[in-house]
Amino acid sequence: MKELLLGNEAVARGLYEVGVGVVSSYPGTPSTEITEAAAKYDEIYTEWAPNEKVAAEVAAGAAIGGARSFCGMKHVGLNVAADPIFTMSYIGVNAGMVIGVADDPGMHSSQNEQDSRNYAKAAKILMLEPSDSQECKDFTKLAYALSEEYDTPVFLRLTTRISHSRSLVEISERDSIELKPYDKNTAKNVMLPAFARPKHVAVEVRTKKLTEWAETCELNKIIDNNAKIGVITSGACYQYAREAIGDGANYLKLGAVYPLPVEKIKSFAAGLDKVYVIEELDDIIEAHCKAIGVNVVGKDLLPRVGEFSQRIIKQYITCDENAFFSLPAELPIRPPVMCSGCPHRGLFYTLNKAKVFVSGDIGCYTLGASAPLSAMDTCICMGASISALHGFNKARGEEASKRAVAVIGDSTFMHTGINSLVNVAYNQSNSVTIILDNSITGMTGQQQNPTTGFTLKGDPTTAVNLEALCKSIGISRVTVVDPYDVKAVQKVLAEELEAEEPSVIISRRPCALLKYVKHAEPLMVNENCIGCKICMGVGCPSLSFDAASKKAVIDANTCTGCNVCAGICPKNAIVKGVRS
Amino acid sequence: MSNSRGGFPCPPVNAESVKSIIIVGVGGQGTLLASRIMGDALVQKGYDVKVSEVHGMSQRGGSVITYVRYGDEVNSPVIENGEADIILAFEELEAARYLPFLKPGGTVITSTQQIDPMPVITGAAEYPQEVILAIESLGITVRRLDALSLAKQAGSVRAVNVVLIGALAKDMDIEKEVWLSALEKCVPEKFLELNQKAFELGYNSY
Repeated sequence: MKELLLGNEAVARGLYEVGVGVVSSYPGTPSTEITEAAAKYDEIYTEWAPNEKVAAEVAAGAAIGGARSFCGMKHVGLNVAADPIFTMSYIGVNAGMVIGVADDPGMHSSQNEQDSRNYAKAAKILMLEPSDSQECKDFTKLAYALSEEYDTPVFLRLTTRISHSRSLVEISERDSIELKPYDKNTAKNVMLPAFARPKHVAVEVRTKKLTEWAETCELNKIIDNNAKIGVITSGACYQYAREAIGDGANYLKLGAVYPLPVEKIKSFAAGLDKVYVIEELDDIIEAHCKAIGVNVVGKDLLPRVGEFSQRIIKQYITCDENAFFSLPAELPIRPPVMCSGCPHRGLFYTLNKAKVFVSGDIGCYTLGASAPLSAMDTCICMGASISALHGFNKARGEEASKRAVAVIGDSTFMHTGINSLVNVAYNQSNSVTIILDNSITGMTGQQQNPTTGFTLKGDPTTAVNLEALCKSIGISRVTVVDPYDVKAVQKVLAEELEAEEPSVIISRRPCALLKYVKHAEPLMVNENCIGCKICMGVGCPSLSFDAASKKAVIDANTCTGCNVCAGICPKNAIVKGVRS
Repeated sequence: MSNSRGGFPCPPVNAESVKSIIIVGVGGQGTLLASRIMGDALVQKGYDVKVSEVHGMSQRGGSVITYVRYGDEVNSPVIENGEADIILAFEELEAARYLPFLKPGGTVITSTQQIDPMPVITGAAEYPQEVILAIESLGITVRRLDALSLAKQAGSVRAVNVVLIGALAKDMDIEKEVWLSALEKCVPEKFLELNQKAFELGYNSY
């Protein structure tokens, strides 16, 4: 039977079929659906961990304990998880362990465009890269066999286009895999220097063996079209190359991108007039080819930035261009925005009006950086808002700290914000930290987290009490405010900025997209409207301005009745309406 | 052409046997369900199918595009300038934005709904006037329908996506029964009747 599956769903199907017992991940686009789909199989224990480092360690412990395990993350999550993974490379496995990492060329939903293949090389860990959903499943299953055979964790590298494209997958049954026995083995599993030194030697031997495997494995396949030009490629780029060049080239399609073969590449290139390396982002394959003395063309022609497609290959290599239509007019852009009824809106409107320095973080609320809210000064990575604010305040002194805040979501606070807040309390800066508690991990599509009281499988569990946590860290000023009440937010913000000690404001209101959230009746604009456009400043997609009547208009189909716009209207012209 | 192909002798193998459709709209309008229904119908017909979706940040009210490709053997999951046989647009400005994707001779099916993007709401830009007429003036076939009103008629504004799938179905060489069975598989049972009505309204809209 064949099913049309997302690459991510196909990975999850692979996890199921290959008998994986434990999955621990932190959500991150484009990797999230692997773990969501895995959670639908009762046979697999699945969980959302607070962050990727925790997830990787859970997977490590499970693999040592004898169960096949998996952890999934986006590319930047791998930075967080790198610490345990680099040492798991030395320890190896008992039952197989696979780390799924999804890169985001083109930065559809990310803050940088790093190439995870560099991690495979740095951590000396085998990395497989599928090019469609069938391969996502097949490579996932193969990764466990390789992990156990070579005593190593294995990376499964995906990119947005592979993770989020559907293609046909042949479905099989689940293998019956027994839990492996656990035998205490200090020299293998305890990385004291004395034990780690011989393990490093073993890792080097393993890489050599895996290179030999890469020479002959079926994943690295040659498609001989009897052409004079060759293309070496992998993953989504293989599909783009096939689309743009068709049978006009011979292909070396690499299913394993670390370690790379030597003899296979040399023999593929021999006799060809020209060999192109087509790879998104860094020149990993190209640099390897050049290092082994194979003359290839890669980044001299092709971009190092952005996502590829058949168009990129046509533009730079075959010099073709499709005919297409274009309209003469310039069209307004449509950037993503906070949803109607988003609880972050009232808070960011207040921050904008207060003209404070806003140290931002990763989540839906990063959209608060865009006009008209325009209330963010910096955004670096998960958890950085609080620690960067502390640094900013230490650099600029007491007065600056009365004009500066950090904003961080509940899930991001759990991820890596807590340790930053510990630093604020421990090293005493008058920092104002605003936790945007919308009771869910929003941007990635409503995942549970340690503050929500529910597990990934939807079962009730203990919930972190944010107020008590902050207090126990040493923050005595902790205030809770409803962000729909703009005036209350303004008052609390002013008070906490003036305070002579660190403080936390919890802006608490569940995400408007959550199923259990009941929306109020939509609002409407009455005859009192003078067309001042103040309400346009909240940046709500349900509000527009009617040029003919010179009045604001509210779309009753999408308005959730949150009252943020009504709260700032100077003429009280925004009132309760009726849903059509 | 052959001289400009950087030394490559043959044109791509299956460019003509593969059909390409893009679904464009505003994040939150339900384009993902539309592509899922389409994918299921195409699989039932025995095609090789690839559907590429947008998840993550753009889903928050941004401009979104989903690619659907089918044929004997599909390679790339994405569609580029001049490659789409059909543009199925959930919103007029988005129909205009993605027009360069249309293949010469291709068709645009668009809802007449207009949703102001944030630069229009804030007054930094204006919503373009008469974009559909501008598209037609290029000699392109445009089928338009008021999908929002039809969805309301079916019972929910959220059924806009299924109304538009109904309109698209009329233009494709797949039996209506196949579409209806795909619909049944892709929507929750309690909304099936509403969605069947929405499909019919779209199907019979022109």
